[in-house]
Amino acid sequence: MYLYPVWIRLWHALNALLIIILIITGISMQYTDKDSSIFIVNFAGAVKWHNIAASVLTVSYIFFIVMNIVTGNGKYYRISRKNFFGDLVKQMKYYAYGMFKGEKHPFPVTMESKFNPMQKLTYVLIMYVGLPLIIISGIGLMFPEVTIKRVFGISGLILTDILHITMGFLVSLFLVIHIYTCTLGRKPSSLFRGMLSGYHEPEEE
Amino acid sequence: MNSLYTRILVIICFSLPVQLSSAINWSTPNAQETDTGTYVSPFAEANETCFKCHGHEKYEYSNDLLGTKVRALMCSERIIKREEFYISNHKSFACIDCHSAEYDTFPHPGELRMELKYNCLDCHGGDDMYSSFNFEKIDADYRKSTHFKLEEEGFTCWKCHDPHTYRINIRNSKNLKETILYDNAICLNCHSDFSRFQLLSDRDEINLMETHNWLPDQTAHFRSVRCIECHTQLNDSLLVSHLVLPKDKAVKLCNECHSKNSMLMVSLYKYQSMEQRRDGFLNGIILNESYVIGANRNAYLGIASIVIFGMVTLAILVHIFFRIRRKYNK
Repeated sequence: MYLYPVWIRLWHALNALLIIILIITGISMQYTDKDSSIFIVNFAGAVKWHNIAASVLTVSYIFFIVMNIVTGNGKYYRISRKNFFGDLVKQMKYYAYGMFKGEKHPFPVTMESKFNPMQKLTYVLIMYVGLPLIIISGIGLMFPEVTIKRVFGISGLILTDILHITMGFLVSLFLVIHIYTCTLGRKPSSLFRGMLSGYHEPEEE
Repeated sequence: MNSLYTRILVIICFSLPVQLSSAINWSTPNAQETDTGTYVSPFAEANETCFKCHGHEKYEYSNDLLGTKVRALMCSERIIKREEFYISNHKSFACIDCHSAEYDTFPHPGELRMELKYNCLDCHGGDDMYSSFNFEKIDADYRKSTHFKLEEEGFTCWKCHDPHTYRINIRNSKNLKETILYDNAICLNCHSDFSRFQLLSDRDEINLMETHNWLPDQTAHFRSVRCIECHTQLNDSLLVSHLVLPKDKAVKLCNECHSKNSMLMVSLYKYQSMEQRRDGFLNGIILNESYVIGANRNAYLGIASIVIFGMVTLAILVHIFFRIRRKYNK
């Protein structure tokens, strides 16, 4: 089943690369020290590459949004209120114990529905809430002169930074879970192969 | 920490209009009373004899020989603004405390131009009253500094600390940004004014913006730290280091400030660092005035992130375990 057109695969690969660069350089800045620099990147290099990657990510994010509208790919992210929480619980139960008992996947991938309810929720939160917040707060840190100086007595920069690093942490967490759940295909490598070839291998034999 | 989170929560939940002003006063309780500009010198009347001419860009005198009144421009180096003098550290002085009383006559006797000027140590050295200012240690620092090499060309304390206008800032600071501006203006007085720079050096003109091109976000750095943060060697026993380093020894490593052990805590924030803010932020005092990535990370958020990350990793490991078990039980 051909699910992932070329533009999605290229965008996904670029997005993955940029997110990894941003996480490594972000952690390097956050946990920088005089004597040691974790993750090898020194502070100056981390700032430079974080800014470059973030600028490219912003453009790539706009591209993603535009293409979702133009190609209709956005429909896969639409959450229907009907039975959403019930479906979500069903999917969670499947991951928690159903799959170990040999139950069938409750929401097999089809051309009409690429994502299961858990995927849909997390992707929507990451792509439509997390990334906009991280990009906006990142712009605030890159151009501190545009950031509100004080908000109820607290530095606007601190609030912006807390928002940025919290979102950065959540994106890092998402990345780990995302990579792991991608091993839950028919074979551990099936979903990775699908993202390279564009063809999704069905879960069931 | 709770109060911080409460405040953040209030902002996020209610999205109330933001308070843009920086009027919130985070000043230290120990901050001394600052000058109000209303000081009345006991020598005000006597000083006025000098200020009458030296307090303005123009001055007037009578040429008795020709019987005319002459209006002339005062040399800019000789202009002392009353408003600056009377808020300076030497505001209680009479002009003739330091200058010859013979200046009383006009035209001033020519030989007075050669009068020896006092240096800081001439008055402040070896005096217990000023021991807290460590003038001797400042002098020792200065003698090792790159500025001292220019003493033969005429470099003195006055080049940075004009005795007519100098104010101690860092100890009285209620607004650190203003202190930074004031202190940096001292350096820029020569380093961004080539005419003044040439009085002491034969070097080519320096373009400070170009020489600091490597510094990300120049404007934020210039507004938030003093030149001396990077261009002097730290001295544990001095509030302000006077050991100005040669340019090739200036701090260029970001981590010196952007780190848990930020050197800003023993330079710019040395005086205030006893007034540490809480809320779990490392080097919290910096937060009163600025935000330094790497130096101001929140310890609680750090711990929370490690715990959450650990729990997710554990959950994944447990999941992997059950997957493997199922595979072998098939």
